[in-house]
Amino acid sequence: MADLPLDSAPTLPAAGGAREYVRIENVTKRFGDVTAVDDVSLSVMKGEIFCLLGGSGCGKTTLLRMLAGFETPTSGRILIDGQDMAGTPPYERPVNMMFQSYALFPHMTVEKNVAFGLEQERLARPEIERRVGEMLEIVRLGEFARRKPHQLSGGQRQRVALARALVKRPKLLLLDEPLGALDRKLREHTQFELLGLQQQLGVTFIVVTHDQEEAMTLATRIGVMDRGGIVQVGRPSEVYEFPQSRFVADFIGSVNLFEGRLVEDEPDHVRIRCAELAHLVHVDHGISSAPDATVWVAIRPEKIELSRERPAGDQNIERGVVRDVAYLGDASVYLVQLDGGRSVRVRLPNVERHASDRVARDEAVWIRWHPSSPVVLTQ
Amino acid sequence: MARSNQALRQGAGRRLVVAVPYAWLLLFFLVPFLIVLKISFSEARVAMPPYAPLLEWAEEARRLVVTFNVDSYVFLLTDGLYVSTLLYSVQVAAISTLLCLALGYPMAYAIARATPRLRNLYLMLVVLPFWTSFLLRVYAWVGLLKTDGVINNVLTALGLIDAPLTLLYTDFAVYVGIVYSYLPFMILPLYANLEKHDLQLLEAAADLGARPVTSFLRITLPLSLPGVIAGSLLVFIPAVGEYVIPSLLGPTDQLMIGRVLSDEFFANRDWPVASAVAITMLVLLVMPILLFQRLQGRQPGVGR
Repeated sequence: MADLPLDSAPTLPAAGGAREYVRIENVTKRFGDVTAVDDVSLSVMKGEIFCLLGGSGCGKTTLLRMLAGFETPTSGRILIDGQDMAGTPPYERPVNMMFQSYALFPHMTVEKNVAFGLEQERLARPEIERRVGEMLEIVRLGEFARRKPHQLSGGQRQRVALARALVKRPKLLLLDEPLGALDRKLREHTQFELLGLQQQLGVTFIVVTHDQEEAMTLATRIGVMDRGGIVQVGRPSEVYEFPQSRFVADFIGSVNLFEGRLVEDEPDHVRIRCAELAHLVHVDHGISSAPDATVWVAIRPEKIELSRERPAGDQNIERGVVRDVAYLGDASVYLVQLDGGRSVRVRLPNVERHASDRVARDEAVWIRWHPSSPVVLTQ
Repeated sequence: MARSNQALRQGAGRRLVVAVPYAWLLLFFLVPFLIVLKISFSEARVAMPPYAPLLEWAEEARRLVVTFNVDSYVFLLTDGLYVSTLLYSVQVAAISTLLCLALGYPMAYAIARATPRLRNLYLMLVVLPFWTSFLLRVYAWVGLLKTDGVINNVLTALGLIDAPLTLLYTDFAVYVGIVYSYLPFMILPLYANLEKHDLQLLEAAADLGARPVTSFLRITLPLSLPGVIAGSLLVFIPAVGEYVIPSLLGPTDQLMIGRVLSDEFFANRDWPVASAVAITMLVLLVMPILLFQRLQGRQPGVGR
């Protein structure tokens, strides 16, 4: 992080020399009075796993459905591989989609479900059978070929849906909450399977999800959406460490936000006065903002240190009392009430095994953070 | 203890609930069926009741005489009238069912895909004719179809025809009457099935490269098969035994089985033959139902 002088992520392309495969230009979609997608522009590179991340109703699924051709943009253009998709029906697009509900055909066996797409291409029977067999091996469903969807478990159905979409060898695969219906263990397992398949087959993925963890592990880049618009695009670490707005900082991960005013604005550091903190916040990099403007200081809970004794130094130190401790196993989250009344979340890994060594509830503590840790936000 | 007591009471309650329909079926289906079956094996006689008993105590011979008479069934098979009537009835019912399907499927499909508000309106329109007496509605068709009826008058006035068409008392009139009367019985089960379809399956099919026609033939149609079968049975079975429509609208030289049955009972007072006709019809009609149930049992997961 030391090589990043400013408090904003560098706008790098996903990979050096990558070719743009999907281009969304000023796309807006309205349903009656409701604007589901509001003037979105976006590029997705070939071979990328791009995650559209946002809460329910943020327009991410609508955007995906426009790519698949199930919805028509009210205005704007969608280009796939340089071709304008306006007027191209779903069945003629070089795109396949994996539905959130999987949408498997209930009256067909696994085999027939997977073969369906190839039959539409009027391939020869032996060719279809060969490719279906291969694909079922890849997703490890060979022995379930003759089963019907209702005879499969959730994870197996998910793999049938994936096989059915991938057997068409699409250049672009759209995935709507691909892991949403799976339990936690299966999710983690499937995530890595998806990544492996994606690399093996060289397909471009666009994934819609509301789950930030899913987005973090899968994505090469994340597009965070809010109220129909894209609010930030970047690699997972960029979006997490360099959020550009309070919404992104708060939506991805957990964050302590303090409203304040710039009192010292130098190229190499700034000082911010926050009403809820006893001392000025010292940040070791400059920001581009009008002097005396209202800004927000965002500090992640895991970037705050907690100690019983007053730490050395005189910057970014506050005093408080532990009001609550949430034990998570690998880490604990401490709710520290500062002298000013404001509560701060602090997350510490549970290095010690014995609870007696850890800070307990109602203990007086000091918190401290490094001057590089806070993110200063202007919106 | 208290628990098992409660389970016992629950079991009793459950049995009571099930007992009501069973008692109903026993009283109003099985018992009359057995009576009709008994009469069909009796001998006709001019008396009251107009048939001989199956069991008779012969006083002087001191023995119980069991008369098991199959004359009625032999008569049905040998007299060409019954076989031809039955075949004609099945033919009329089959063609009417196909016509109902051809008309009803698109209607049910359109209703299932309409917006919720329009859907209720359409459903009400489908059910609306039931608010008028069935007999009245069939009589209304007489007024429409007869030589100086509404249809002929309109066509003549428009100059489309010179002489009135013979519409009434033809096969055509029977088909019109049956299709008109039974169409709701085709539409409603079809609608109930089509309305439950997951539209995302069609999106998935389109996404995999299927044109709308292919999606319909490979997804919608197979999934609606239970609805098709249910609707077809609901039309076919009553149409075979239909009495009122062919009597009022149909040709006088070709009777349907329902009319023959009624004539045997009331005009000929030959209860055994009438009963034999009823039993034969029942057996012939129960077969497609059993077939349907086996089909349904074999396709779990379809049309849940």
